[in-house]
Amino acid sequence: MSKRKPYTRELPTDWWMKQLFYTKYMLREGSSVLITIYSLILAWGLLRLTQGEAAFNGWIESLQNPIAIVFHIIALAFALYHTITWFSLAPKAVDLWIKGKRLDDKVIVSAHYAAFIIISVLCLLIITL
Amino acid sequence: MSDLKEKKYIRSHEPVFWGLFGAGGMLTAFLTPVMILITGLLIPLGIIDKGNFNYQSIHAFASSWFGAAVILVLVALPLWHTLHRIFHALHDLGIKRGRDWQQVLSYGFAFAVSVFVFTLLLQMF
Repeated sequence: MSKRKPYTRELPTDWWMKQLFYTKYMLREGSSVLITIYSLILAWGLLRLTQGEAAFNGWIESLQNPIAIVFHIIALAFALYHTITWFSLAPKAVDLWIKGKRLDDKVIVSAHYAAFIIISVLCLLIITL
Repeated sequence: MSDLKEKKYIRSHEPVFWGLFGAGGMLTAFLTPVMILITGLLIPLGIIDKGNFNYQSIHAFASSWFGAAVILVLVALPLWHTLHRIFHALHDLGIKRGRDWQQVLSYGFAFAVSVFVFTLLLQMF
């Protein structure tokens, strides 16, 4: 154990509620709680799937509960917010250089949005067709 | 000079979890919104017909090795992303106690659910 006692500045627990920038940051982090619950709902659905048709239909029925609907609407909003923030950070991760010139941030971000729309439409088509 | 001892570096385990975080984040960004829209809203509200989301077709899909792999990735990978975030958010909220245990519990939770999903899929094979 070292005898050094580093100074740690006191920080109130609600530091992130005093500035919009930090609030938005914590809201984005908060989206992970809702997405965790959503993953657990899916995992539960898989468990019910292994238990037979009646159990699986019961799971789908439980999703029709107003509380489930409200939860999914909120979760969807947070998931979209996560997507938007993830894409806006994308140019920092994707550092593409073409013919000695750095690809413009806007190109990378809009490519992500285009892919997002294509993927979403494809998923909707797969499930409806 | 040759008797200089080589410094031993201890590898951090962080890259593994960060890799899972990144992959899960990508998946979450691209697929989670449309997944929530389909399973959480469009099907329960009856806006789109159950068509391909009935017991028979989902069961058949989950029983194929391809479908099982897709389901495992779709359900388990976002958890490695979200639990990584939750672990770091605990620090942001000033919860300092037992950082080691917080880490074990966070990643342990993602691991446990992954094993749960994996076992269920294996059972259906």
